[in-house]
Amino acid sequence: MNFPHYKQEVLALTLRWIRRLSREKFSMLFTLIQPMLFWLIFFGSLFQRTADIEVLQAPNYMSFLAGGVVVMTVLNNGLAGGVDLLFDKENGFLERMMSTPIHRTSIILSRYLFVMTITGMQILVILGIAFLFGVHPVTGLLGIAVILVIGMLFGIGLTAISLAMAFSVKSHGDFFSMLGFLSLPMIFLSSALVPLSAMPGWMQALAFLNPMTWVIDAVRPLIITGWEAAIPQVAIALVILAIFDAICLYGGAKAFEKAIG
Amino acid sequence: MNPAIEVKNLGKTYGSVTAIDDLSLTINPGEIFGLLGPNGAGKSTTLRILITVLKPTSGTATVLGHDVVEEPDTVRSLIGYVPQERAIDRFLTGREHLQLLGDLYHLPKAQATQRIQELLKLVDLEEHADRTAKTYSGGMKRKLDIACGLLPNPKIVFLDEPTLGLDVHSRLRIWDHIRQLRKQGITIVMTTNYLEEADQLCDRLAIIDQGKIKVIGTPKELKAGLGGDSLSLTVKESQLDKLDRLSEGVKTLSFVRNIRTIDNGLDIRVESPEKSLPAVLEVANRIDCQVDGIEYHRPRLDDVFVSFTGHALKGEYPDPVEE
Repeated sequence: MNFPHYKQEVLALTLRWIRRLSREKFSMLFTLIQPMLFWLIFFGSLFQRTADIEVLQAPNYMSFLAGGVVVMTVLNNGLAGGVDLLFDKENGFLERMMSTPIHRTSIILSRYLFVMTITGMQILVILGIAFLFGVHPVTGLLGIAVILVIGMLFGIGLTAISLAMAFSVKSHGDFFSMLGFLSLPMIFLSSALVPLSAMPGWMQALAFLNPMTWVIDAVRPLIITGWEAAIPQVAIALVILAIFDAICLYGGAKAFEKAIG
Repeated sequence: MNPAIEVKNLGKTYGSVTAIDDLSLTINPGEIFGLLGPNGAGKSTTLRILITVLKPTSGTATVLGHDVVEEPDTVRSLIGYVPQERAIDRFLTGREHLQLLGDLYHLPKAQATQRIQELLKLVDLEEHADRTAKTYSGGMKRKLDIACGLLPNPKIVFLDEPTLGLDVHSRLRIWDHIRQLRKQGITIVMTTNYLEEADQLCDRLAIIDQGKIKVIGTPKELKAGLGGDSLSLTVKESQLDKLDRLSEGVKTLSFVRNIRTIDNGLDIRVESPEKSLPAVLEVANRIDCQVDGIEYHRPRLDDVFVSFTGHALKGEYPDPVEE
């Protein structure tokens, strides 16, 4: 591989994603503020007084919810990560790019760079808004850095799922149906909104199998409890994410090979 | 002279569906070569194999001597590709499209800037270069498509249905551009389902139907292959007994290829329309046969298409579902 060439391709492709987003100002605005407005502020404020802090094991509902909203943002961004390539596939732009002498992976890498950058920025904004509402991460800046790393690792697998779907679906209608089918159950069947202990047994069992639960359970103590409680949870999450990412990347690579090869 | 493109026994199947079957053809440097056929005939499949985005299931194809499967990167760096309409990012400006492709072809920045300026001028988009593509008309998008295909300064340009869905004016402009490219020595390979386009633009063409090549030749050869121009002559009913003598007399003329007796006249295939008309009338006069009517018909590519595929090509009403 010719490294200067690879760099030139990846940078140009990433710039294209950024340009696309910046030209869709409304879409950008709503993508960015939707999770904070809808989930963190509305949901957080709405359930503040009905939530039992004994059950939550948190000072208040919004501080409990903050970690969940961070991971939900990663989920939504990751699962939507393939959308632009889906449109490229449908209108022939992908084929045009594939007929140029670029390394096959540079399109994928550019997409990752873009999704990860946006997700990282969004996590910081969410934590910033939460801060204004009195949620102060107890593990400080280092904790926030760990949250970012965990978020990125989860995003890698999710984006791979999205790209695999984009490359294998017949139409974008199918893609968005599948997206809707995946996203909400992933959120409700996880510890994003309530702790597992507050769920009915069958939901608890499903949530236990959801990697998202483990990711949230690692992020949450970094915000509300402290390092001592967080470290073992982070360690478990890292192991689970390593397995999750390996499976998703393998599946994604297969789908890519099938579509492009 | 080495061929620009050499395709040997090329096949592509999807499961049990055969897209193209045992396809062989040679494209010469500097010509405009057309793949003519209805939607779903296998033209686009063939094109996509040649531009290395699709792998064949059997056979080989080389572009300027490089195998499309073995050396895809070399092939990609030598060709330009203009996909069917809409392969445009509506949120990018014309210039940004070209800049992106400049980077994908690894052009140095200064060289790219200069090349982009040349191309914008060539396709007459200079004024609109910094507007996003969503404000472009169909014709402008097509011109941008073509500029993108020319950016790498290719030896061969592949065009997929270059004028599909364009109005007459834009179509003529695009044809002009394509002829300009040939003047610069660029080899052009294009697909089309417009008979008129194939006839007017292509130096040679292959008629493809149901994944197979039915015939290859210049439009002129293909039309001549049908037996030349036809002259239909009818005589008055009272003259029908003279028809045999007329036929005998016409047969001796040097430019007549074939004669068929029809209901009340003759169907004569001729090589040269200029001489045949007066000469045939002269024969009729000599034997004192009164001619009722005479009609001259030059064979069109439609006739060629029907005679090789057994059905007509409805080029004006493409059916996008099939392909």
